[in-house]
Amino acid sequence: MALSKLSSPSSLSTNILKPLTNSFLLHRPISTDTTPLTIETSVPFTSHQCEAPSRSVETTPKELLSFFRQMATMRRMEIAADSLYKAKLVRGFCHLYDGQEAVAIGMEAGITKKDSIITAYRDHCTFLGRGGTLLEVFSELMGRKDGCSHGKGGSMHFYKKDSGFYGGHGIVGAQIPLGCGLAFAQKYSKDETVTFALYGDGAANQGQLFEALNIAALWDLPAILVCENNHYGMGTAEWRAAKSPSYYKRGDYVPGLKVDGMDALAVKQACKFAKEHALKNGPMILEMDTYRYHGHSMSDPGSTYRTRDEISGVRQERDPIERIRKLILAHDLATEKELKSVSDLCL
Amino acid sequence: MVLLLAVNMVTRAGFSLKQLKMWGIIRQKVAAGGGSPVARIRPVVSNLRNYSSAVKQMMVREALNSALDEEMSADPKVFLMGEEVGEYQGAYKISKGLLEKYGPERVLDTPITEAGFTGIGVGAAYYGLKPVVEFMTFNFSMQAIDHIINSAAKSNYMSSGQISVPIVFRGPNGAAAGVGAQHSHCYAAWYASVPGLKVLSPYSSEDARGLLKAAIRDPDPVVFLENELLYGESFPVSAEVLDSSFCLPIGKAKIEREGKDVTITAFSKIVGLSLKAAEILAKEGISAEVINLRSIRPLDRSTINASVRKTNRLVTVEEGFPQHGVGAEICASVIEESFSYLDAPVERIAGADVPMPYAANLERMAVPQVEDIVRAAKRACYRSVPMAAAA
Repeated sequence: MALSKLSSPSSLSTNILKPLTNSFLLHRPISTDTTPLTIETSVPFTSHQCEAPSRSVETTPKELLSFFRQMATMRRMEIAADSLYKAKLVRGFCHLYDGQEAVAIGMEAGITKKDSIITAYRDHCTFLGRGGTLLEVFSELMGRKDGCSHGKGGSMHFYKKDSGFYGGHGIVGAQIPLGCGLAFAQKYSKDETVTFALYGDGAANQGQLFEALNIAALWDLPAILVCENNHYGMGTAEWRAAKSPSYYKRGDYVPGLKVDGMDALAVKQACKFAKEHALKNGPMILEMDTYRYHGHSMSDPGSTYRTRDEISGVRQERDPIERIRKLILAHDLATEKELKSVSDLCL
Repeated sequence: MVLLLAVNMVTRAGFSLKQLKMWGIIRQKVAAGGGSPVARIRPVVSNLRNYSSAVKQMMVREALNSALDEEMSADPKVFLMGEEVGEYQGAYKISKGLLEKYGPERVLDTPITEAGFTGIGVGAAYYGLKPVVEFMTFNFSMQAIDHIINSAAKSNYMSSGQISVPIVFRGPNGAAAGVGAQHSHCYAAWYASVPGLKVLSPYSSEDARGLLKAAIRDPDPVVFLENELLYGESFPVSAEVLDSSFCLPIGKAKIEREGKDVTITAFSKIVGLSLKAAEILAKEGISAEVINLRSIRPLDRSTINASVRKTNRLVTVEEGFPQHGVGAEICASVIEESFSYLDAPVERIAGADVPMPYAANLERMAVPQVEDIVRAAKRACYRSVPMAAAA
């Protein structure tokens, strides 16, 4: 449905004209309003071997709206990918990120494009956050030459080197030593930048993670390991795979922070904190408590190992986009109607 | 004449002929009228490079060391990492002196965690640095093979050119002496089957210098297969080879010895055995052409095929296991391109299809020997040969 809306010419032209007629983006100040705003995170941070950062996060209306807009875009993109996959226009693997958008968005807000990000195969939204376009995403998924990898990579192999996005990796856990290698090179080149190496709760038990973390700690590399804990490694719940599912503590001598991954502001705060820490003191682990609405991939219904109640419960209580919407409304930064038109357009 | 005089004086000084041979004195090309006999005795106890002859001798170990040194000096992005490469001066002393010269930021001792440090090396290459990752032996590369193949070899293709990986993985490959099954495996065929990798294997010091420099300068991942038993061997090197800009092309084989009756292909240590076999064959009236592959991937199919079209007979020799080996690929290539030129079936000599035994006599039977190559060449020439001893 999302796709047909975009493809029909008349609705496209009216959709493009809408923001101008609404004068939403031109006249209303919220999109350019940079008055500082302080908002508390949903829960305080839990720390391991370090001082937790403050719960109060500095933000602006402009930033909040951009969070909303970008996350809504990501959500729509993943749902569209779902439809494309079912229509057999996307082949092979397709791992969707809807529910986890706050991690990608919050991270971008806390760092720069000179910092590096590397992740596993659930990479569509991370790529978008790094500056990739929807055209590049959908073309790549459908194997077309306008894709970010010219159709040669597929869903799991998106890259954007010019804005520090190093993929897109299909082998569980491999991206962690690679990320530590990026951090090594950043330190070697004296760039004063850091690398965020993202992985899931499934990958958190990989041996190469501990090998790389040991070297990163030994050599003081500016590497931040980010565990996107969506509580299921494919079909295996975290308590069935890990003796200790406190992933932020698994670094032992490496400091860690547990973060509400559904709260984009908490993610932003944690990433800013981690970057400062890594540049001075070496590696750190961030555990993002998050959730994926889809199954592991499009081949997995996602309901054989968890209840539908659990999924809908998270959607109701913790949805990241809903959280930002409520914040914007509570602080009177925009009206419901304005927000709806933004999420409809995803522009 | 002068050489005989020198040998005479030296043997009288108490050094045996065997020792002279070991020190390469006998093999030295004598420069026309160069130096007095007395001057020639001195190098017997000291570094042979002080020898005042036109052609220098260089050990493979030194060739590799000098290549690393020169490339690190020329490009600040090149760095070396691996177990014992720094303070220990290298498990086989290949990286001797480099830590002192370039410091601990560029010569890094790693913990014994191949998967971790290889991944770190590949990540550094993604960012634009030029790592040289040393495996103490390639047997340990299996712990890191996912990074060599999935993270390094395939990334340029999967990213459609966005991510290039200018990394070199190097270390000793294949059989050493008495190290047993887990430390004697040859990985040439393993890595050479992977698109996205280049696989090189030097024989002489000239090969070692030229190919390692080429590998470090190459923008793609290169697997550089050395040989522990060659490290201590000396080869003559010309002034051109010693120059810091010297480089050999990747993908070109070298015809070590020209011949017209049978082509023998080999790489690494086996080239030496093949050359010895060629000497023996020459005495029996068979002129063997010995090709030093140098590059396993890309394989120099045109040189191999041109040679087979000339000689009409082929013997492939390798140390590794026979099934799906380098020789099998060469045979297939020759059959595809030069079938009608073959006058005899292709002979494939490889290591025995068994995990490498420890006992010296069994080990000797598990690895190709000079006699095996001679016998195979004779078979290819339809000469009658005695049956090999049952394994």
